[in-house]
Amino acid sequence: MNFEITVLLLAAAVQSGTPILYATLGEILTEKSGVLNLGVEGVMILGALVGFLASKVTGSPLAGLLAAGAVGCVAAAVHGLVCLVFQGNQVVSGLALTILGTGVANYIGTGYVGQLAPGFAPYPMPVLSQLPVVGTIFFNHDPLVYLSYFIPVVLFLFFSRTHHGLNIRAVGENPAAASAAGLNVAVYRWFGIIGGGFFMGLGGAYLSLAYTHLWTTNLTAGRGWIAVALVIFAFWKPGRAVFGAYLFGGIMALQLRLQASGTQLPSSILLMLPYALTIVVLVLSSWKKGTSDEPAALGVNVEPAD
Amino acid sequence: MMLRMRIVKRQEPLGMWGSCLVLISALVLAVMLSGLLLWIGGTSPGGGIAALFQGAFGSRWALEDSVVKAIPIFLCSLGVAVAFRLKVWNIGAEGQFALGAVGATWVALSFPEWPKPLLIPAMIVMAMAGGGLWGFIPALLRQKLRTNEIIVTLMLNYIAILVLDYLVYGAWKDPASFGFPMTRAFSDQAVVGKIGSTNINWGLLHCVVLGAGVWAFFRFTRLGFDLKASGDNVKAAKYAGMPYDYLVMLVMIMSGALAGWAGFLEASATVNRLQPSIMVGYGYTAIVVAWLARLNPLSIGIGSILLAGLRVGVENLQLDLQVPAAFGGILEGLILLTVLAGGLFTHYRIEQRKNP
Repeated sequence: MNFEITVLLLAAAVQSGTPILYATLGEILTEKSGVLNLGVEGVMILGALVGFLASKVTGSPLAGLLAAGAVGCVAAAVHGLVCLVFQGNQVVSGLALTILGTGVANYIGTGYVGQLAPGFAPYPMPVLSQLPVVGTIFFNHDPLVYLSYFIPVVLFLFFSRTHHGLNIRAVGENPAAASAAGLNVAVYRWFGIIGGGFFMGLGGAYLSLAYTHLWTTNLTAGRGWIAVALVIFAFWKPGRAVFGAYLFGGIMALQLRLQASGTQLPSSILLMLPYALTIVVLVLSSWKKGTSDEPAALGVNVEPAD
Repeated sequence: MMLRMRIVKRQEPLGMWGSCLVLISALVLAVMLSGLLLWIGGTSPGGGIAALFQGAFGSRWALEDSVVKAIPIFLCSLGVAVAFRLKVWNIGAEGQFALGAVGATWVALSFPEWPKPLLIPAMIVMAMAGGGLWGFIPALLRQKLRTNEIIVTLMLNYIAILVLDYLVYGAWKDPASFGFPMTRAFSDQAVVGKIGSTNINWGLLHCVVLGAGVWAFFRFTRLGFDLKASGDNVKAAKYAGMPYDYLVMLVMIMSGALAGWAGFLEASATVNRLQPSIMVGYGYTAIVVAWLARLNPLSIGIGSILLAGLRVGVENLQLDLQVPAAFGGILEGLILLTVLAGGLFTHYRIEQRKNP
């Protein structure tokens, strides 16, 4: 493989890693508050559909993006309602949200399969895109990719430098102690769930408004689950999530190019790559758990006080 | 005056009749919400819901079809329930089902001439081995490395379906299938037949025997007792010296083997060959059923028929009112969410807050 192809492949890795990055960051925000949301796949696909529809109706991809974020918040709030208010099991509620979200999106989307909507076009960054290698890999994309560069930094600063960021971590670590210290546990958990849902919605919208400009059934194809795995791989750190997302972006880009190049490998084997890699990545990250920032109270409901 | 509510812990968990009432209310709410979605999609909600239940249970043919679909759901759900009982999250019934079908098919295609009393058991053994292997991998990773079994089982689902695709598009493809991805039809000896003049296969009997077996296992054996105790309180069980890690492996293999058995029945009795169309999400429906039934084998039986009926009803909706097939996912997701939320009333009640 020559140098130029490698650079183009890395650029494609950034692009196809971006929707996974949004979803992973959303799940990190949710899990930091102590809530496990396994509904990422369902929230993402709803974001993808609603983003597509809103952009089609209004003609503005930006409106589509915002609508996708909003529907992400609403879908995640269903998980909040079941787990925070009704004390439902977080694992099962998340699964149910994935089943429901996929069902609703494919149900409403049936009539739109294969149709196009206005989406985000590539916008090479002035000056930066002219840089050798780095310019092609990072600065020759659509605006949503550039936006995604800022979010890990913002989340990192939020969790480590701000009052509310530290509080949300306290709630995720030990809700009883946080509550005793006067924090409103439910409010922080709602914030984690809805804020996380917003980013998952954006990740879905990236698929229908930037990666492709059309709607197809099962557009997310397991990316939401990969995001859940990447949170573990990233040790709940926003910065590490970037590497994980681009790693998966890379394997997906490679898989598409191999398929297009007419390789002898059967397509079912190629399609297995991202799923097999997810298991490998999980195994590698469970090997050493020393530096992980896993919230201690992840997945545990807080009983309502009288 | 605004009504102010508060949640109060019950002295005793809600009794059986109360639980039934909560469950039925949850199901009614789920059906009403799906009616709302029908209305949004431009279908009359009343007519749609009527067509759904008519299609599911309204005729002999429909009932038979519901029972046929309940068979794989029941076995997968039984497996899922065994794992959930130990608080091991096996989301992988779908993949274990696929590998079971693959294992059984390998025997059926390799030894088509074997007599039936030998061939069918051999197919079952290989189906259980395939499904069991697919349950063993995540269990081993969980035990050795504490790898999250939810994600591993889910990823193995995607991989198993692609393994099945790889085989039926490749080495096992029937040369006479005009390019359709399917193996050649099984020999007569490899087919589990139908009961009398009905459309229901003898897999129903397998379900009864296996369901009773699992129930008796938990009720009467020492190992079953250990499993139940470990599931109820992991820390206490470890403290009491129960081999928790070994039990996790055991339940995951059992769980996978049961789903694999379902895969065998689907290939052998329902389609008489291996083809991708057997993968319709029974493994996920099984999770809904297991939770609905609170892991009880008898309730799983009832839940399987109900959810299988809804699948048949959705097919009817598709034919009669052109409602997209994805409506089935909406129903299942809503049912699971409302039942989950209804669980609150088992341990809590809501009362009006008294003014201070």
